[in-house]
Amino acid sequence: MNGDEACCEGALAAGCRFFAGYPITPATEVAESMSRRLPEIGGIYIQMEDEIASMAAILGASWGGVKSMTSTSGPGFSLMMENIGLGLCTETPCVVCNVQRAGPSTGLPTLVAQGDMMQARWGSHGHYEIIALSPSSPQEMFDFTIRAFNLSEYYRLPVIILADETIGHMNERVIIPQEEDIEIVNRRKPTVSREDYLPYEADADGIAPMANCGDGYRIHVTGLTHDDRGYPAMDAKAQEKMITRLVDKIRKNRDKIIRTQNLYLDDAEVVVVSYGISARSAMQAVRDARGEGIKAGLIKLDTVWPFPEELIRGVAPRLKAMIMAEINGGQMVLELERAACGACPVSLVSNFGGAILHPGLILNAVAKAAKEKP
Amino acid sequence: MNIVENFDLFAPRLINKQELLSSGHRACSGCAEVLAVRLMCKALGENTVIASATGCMEIVSSMFPTTAWQVPWIHVAFENAASVASGIEAGLKALRKKGRIDDRYIKVVGMGGDGATMDIGFQALSGAMERGHDMIFVCFDNEAYMNTGIQRSSGTPMGASTTTAPAGKVSMGQKTWKKNMPEIMVAHEIPYVATVCPSYPLDFIRKIEKAKSIKGPSYIHCFSMCPTGWRSPSHTAVSIGRLAVETGVFPLFEVEHGHYRLSPDMPKKLKPIKDYFKPQGRFRHLTPDEIEVIQERVTVEFRKLAEKAKFLKTGNE
Repeated sequence: MNGDEACCEGALAAGCRFFAGYPITPATEVAESMSRRLPEIGGIYIQMEDEIASMAAILGASWGGVKSMTSTSGPGFSLMMENIGLGLCTETPCVVCNVQRAGPSTGLPTLVAQGDMMQARWGSHGHYEIIALSPSSPQEMFDFTIRAFNLSEYYRLPVIILADETIGHMNERVIIPQEEDIEIVNRRKPTVSREDYLPYEADADGIAPMANCGDGYRIHVTGLTHDDRGYPAMDAKAQEKMITRLVDKIRKNRDKIIRTQNLYLDDAEVVVVSYGISARSAMQAVRDARGEGIKAGLIKLDTVWPFPEELIRGVAPRLKAMIMAEINGGQMVLELERAACGACPVSLVSNFGGAILHPGLILNAVAKAAKEKP
Repeated sequence: MNIVENFDLFAPRLINKQELLSSGHRACSGCAEVLAVRLMCKALGENTVIASATGCMEIVSSMFPTTAWQVPWIHVAFENAASVASGIEAGLKALRKKGRIDDRYIKVVGMGGDGATMDIGFQALSGAMERGHDMIFVCFDNEAYMNTGIQRSSGTPMGASTTTAPAGKVSMGQKTWKKNMPEIMVAHEIPYVATVCPSYPLDFIRKIEKAKSIKGPSYIHCFSMCPTGWRSPSHTAVSIGRLAVETGVFPLFEVEHGHYRLSPDMPKKLKPIKDYFKPQGRFRHLTPDEIEVIQERVTVEFRKLAEKAKFLKTGNE
């Protein structure tokens, strides 16, 4: 199956029973698969009038108690931004799959890019933390979609899957495990009595148990800055308290959220960092470099946000160079530079979208960096 | 008055010979939408600026390094053709007032498909019509998102099978009635609303010319048969357009300042809708009972329209 279809199957396996979407190349196949598959298992598919409505509908569905998701690409992702912020502020679990195409604007609707990395991080206004995963194959589309649901349910926020056109439209074998072999996380339910329940009173780990609409608990959901009761509290103190908690629940759990796949990292002198489809070009380049006797290594970012800065900071001092391979003008390379903090030179192999990176380009950069004197 | 109208109707020699949408574009064979755009351009003439939403017509007419457009044309996002057209109209007005451009009348036209009109672009269109810009908005309605591969829109008719409203054991395809866009535009109390179909080119051109002559906002709803999305042979576009009108599925009418008028092309007695459904693969799965339900609705809707035309006559009759 292709990556978009694998995303649909992953969502269903994770327990998603509501999808609201809007057709957009190259994410349309997610919606099409959902429109066929959801009615078969008692779920609901709605095609909305635009992406603003799609994002709003899945927030509503999530408060109704159903695991929900939407899928889109560039222009639609831009339209969703305000409501993603609403989801973050109201701590609403849901999943947004962005099958990236080249932008800005309509850009190259049918061709690959990875240009929405920073938009996923900072696209909605205000200060927040986000979780974003980047799959590199249809199998990972399946696996990461399940993980996205688990993370969103546990940490109570919209989790973004940053796929790309090539992964979305690529056909590969996908192994779907038995139901009992799939780890599923569901949102934490309130354990206190109805009288004692405060919708945003967090447990020790910063995450508040969530009562769905209709569970009998009194809940008040607002996009305004709110206190533990969920009621608007319009002052600097309340803002400080709320945002600190929203940020900390991700920051303090970074080690549980962040996942990377490392290749030949132990003895590497030059490390390529990459994600999504570019990580596959990078993997080929690293293997070719090893064939030529160059001590190359790879860090593939499974979670792009939060960025694994501790890992980078740890390995950078013993490396000759780090290279970021990505399909945009250089977005995650900024994070890499920040995390490496001058401990080793950082360079970029990229294009602006429309085609995947040729492994030869990355190999050249690796070979060049390996020759430099440390 | 009727005689003059008919004389106007049967004067194909008077049609503008200039092609403002040139051939060689990339539309599918048998596309009625591109035929409609061509007729629209003929009726509008050179003094026109067009803002086009994302959609088939943008893709087929403007792929680098070629363009089919012989008039100023701008492609904008999916949701904002009407807003951009508003801006162009206001901008031209300001430039004319300041004497920066010569004082000729330029018509600003927004165009989009059914999605760009009824779904994502609805808010922008409603705003533009309410503000009363001197512009025409033309909806080229092929009854689904054809550019992304036949997904349902709110213009998709009941019972049609699409990739996101697939017909099967549990579903008959699209489960909602088509959004009545012309009536929504009439409710905006704009000076002119009309429905057109490229299978009736003279009626089509006359209505566009009328919209052009009217100062203020006007809305044209164009039935644009899509052989690819409707699963029918590519030579059937014009005949299916005729059947849509003859069965009352897509009646041709115009509303001028609230006064309704059915087009002379409308037959006295409607054909059964199964004649219209038959050549289209998207309706193939419908049972006679389901067709009966849709037939009833079409009949009622047409009767409502005919009554409005009877009681709310055009001012010049």
